[in-house]
Amino acid sequence: MKKKISKLPFRGTAEQEAQLKKVIDELKHDKSNLMVVMQKAQDIYGYLPFEVQEMISEGMEVPLEKIYGVATFYAQFSLSPKGKYNISVCLGTACYVKGSGPIFEKLSEKLGIGADECTADGKFSLNACRCIGACGLAPVMTVNDEVYGRLTVDDIDTILEKYKD
Amino acid sequence: MDMINVKINGIAVSVPKGSTILEAARKAGVEIPTLCFMKEKNEIGACRICVVEANEGRGFRIVTSCVYPVSEGMEVLTNSEKIQKARKTTLELILSTHDKKCLSCSRSTNCELQKLCRDYGVEDSAFEGFKPHYELDYSTPHLVRDNNKCILCRRCVAACREQYVSVIGANDRGIDTNIGQAFNLSLNNTPCISCGQCTVVCPTGALTERDDTDKIWAALADPTKKVIVQTAPSVRATLGECFGMPIGTNVEGKMAAALRRMGFHKVFDTDFSADLTIVEEANELVERIKNGGVLPMITSCSPGWVKFCEFYYPDLLSHLSTCKSPQQMMGAVIKTYWAEKNGVDPKDIVSVSVMPCTAKKFEIGRDDQSTAGVPDVDIAITTRELGRMIERAGIDFVNLPDEEFDNPLSEDTGAAVIFGATGGVMEAAVRTANAWLNGATTAIDLEAVRGTKGLKEATVNVAGTDLKLAVASGAAAAKYVMDQLKAGNPNGWGFIEIMGCPGGCVNGGGQPIQPQHVRDTVDLKAVRAKVLYDQDKNMPLRMSHESPAIKMIYSEWFDGFGGPKAHHALHTSYTPRKKYRRD
Repeated sequence: MKKKISKLPFRGTAEQEAQLKKVIDELKHDKSNLMVVMQKAQDIYGYLPFEVQEMISEGMEVPLEKIYGVATFYAQFSLSPKGKYNISVCLGTACYVKGSGPIFEKLSEKLGIGADECTADGKFSLNACRCIGACGLAPVMTVNDEVYGRLTVDDIDTILEKYKD
Repeated sequence: MDMINVKINGIAVSVPKGSTILEAARKAGVEIPTLCFMKEKNEIGACRICVVEANEGRGFRIVTSCVYPVSEGMEVLTNSEKIQKARKTTLELILSTHDKKCLSCSRSTNCELQKLCRDYGVEDSAFEGFKPHYELDYSTPHLVRDNNKCILCRRCVAACREQYVSVIGANDRGIDTNIGQAFNLSLNNTPCISCGQCTVVCPTGALTERDDTDKIWAALADPTKKVIVQTAPSVRATLGECFGMPIGTNVEGKMAAALRRMGFHKVFDTDFSADLTIVEEANELVERIKNGGVLPMITSCSPGWVKFCEFYYPDLLSHLSTCKSPQQMMGAVIKTYWAEKNGVDPKDIVSVSVMPCTAKKFEIGRDDQSTAGVPDVDIAITTRELGRMIERAGIDFVNLPDEEFDNPLSEDTGAAVIFGATGGVMEAAVRTANAWLNGATTAIDLEAVRGTKGLKEATVNVAGTDLKLAVASGAAAAKYVMDQLKAGNPNGWGFIEIMGCPGGCVNGGGQPIQPQHVRDTVDLKAVRAKVLYDQDKNMPLRMSHESPAIKMIYSEWFDGFGGPKAHHALHTSYTPRKKYRRD
């Protein structure tokens, strides 16, 4: 699937930029460090928007297109910001046959966003993931580090209620 | 050197250790088809058209010959039944995501994919399935990207990388893999320098020059317009290739004849304005040296190079000569001098140029290129487009008689002819400087700046001082030169020629397309450049300032060298450009 490019405005801070600059300065002597820089940039910003990739491009002296090519090739890189609460629904085999598909759809409908998207208020992001190793609890989803298992569609409202603020 | 002995289809051949099967086969005179392979530029073994059967003592196995190294005693079969079937299946898989619109494709009959499909008797709908659809990218004035014809060979990506531009690359993965720009920006919003090298290496019609020929047909059909054409120095060295003539054939006379038969009112030679460029540029250089201007001065004939400088070295734009390119100077002269002499309103002139170059399509729309209040040049087409126009006009090009260009705006010197090859502008400038400042009466041959190397250097003595020269062709060499300038110009260069395309205009992005196996085995740059140097050798006048037309225009029209009238018509300005725009 093609990577989704977020249309949400970039909200990077001066502090984040300083952190990224430091990372680039430490690693720019060797262009093969590009992946590491991209990983660290994603740790700092949560995703790799245009502004961040441009900073990496200028700093590492690597063409922007090359960075974008790498970012869209590897599943680990995201072009969409993570929400304050990042929801991952497992669509691996076990969870899927146990009904995680409708759960994902319900979340998508409630939040008004699709896979790899973030709500405009920055609160929730939604991902479809593969097996997280909790097949015994299928179907499962996680909200940040919290795991919710043996879900039904009716559980969704109650769970979202917990993350009101 | 360690040599390895192998047998290709039973033919014994000995090649250096580390050679690939493809190299060994080429040495044995056996052609193996390739698609993604570009010698030394794109050796990625991706398309698998070059598969062969190789036996290294453990039976025959299928391997990709473009990357598989030979080993002692290896036996290779390049065209067995098994291999033919494998290639056919590969082609059918490639076609499963191809739009197969050959009838309307400008690359039809000159498409490497089409030829292979024909050679291997491919079923065009063997695999029906998911077919991605891509919008065409018409955002730039110089080229069109049609990913529906793309086979993901990445030759364009390699060409763009060679130019140190890298605005196109492979994005996403699996069935979604596509060649495109970062963040799916349109090409016009990236720092593409319009050089068109990607269009020359594309095996299919996924990357083509923007076709402007219909505008010319419309103008030719309009009785109120005077349609005037100019042809660049290097076009005469390559146009014949469009009609199957051998690479390196000079078709100057046939080209003039063809253009006249197509109905152009006047057929002028850009050679005239190449001489004009030299005289203006030499004058500018002398002024800069005398008045403490910015040095080294860098030539500005190549719009791809100029755009490269504006994107990547905006701080160094003051080094660029303010001289317009020969195309634009000719346009300015046609719409001022020629228009007045012939009592024609510049608005009624349609000025057409035939160029080796896609960036010329961009250049005609630049700011500060409208001397008479209307654009100096209205339509710029490539050598390839002219080839198609001549075919459409039903002209038997190969059997045309030779004709002359129209005067006076075609009189030229040998110095102008060699503009089309890397080093030519420098040599032309040195000839004039040598005459003006050292009193030389014959043209010198500046061998040090000839040849196809990316960077060439020379020193000439001008009026008692040594002037160090550098000549760069290809944006990669340009980058090296500019980085040297950033580092304080340690080589002490005083005058620099830069061309955007490797080898200069003879290898420009608008030149006829030769299949990659020809590009890999024939030095196109050298063979085409030889046409120009041969012509120069035999010309009576070989220094730009000797041209009677140049003498005439400065005395009759421009009130001497470097005057305000010449400055208005023949000079321009540059602007820093932002690399990526997201509007």
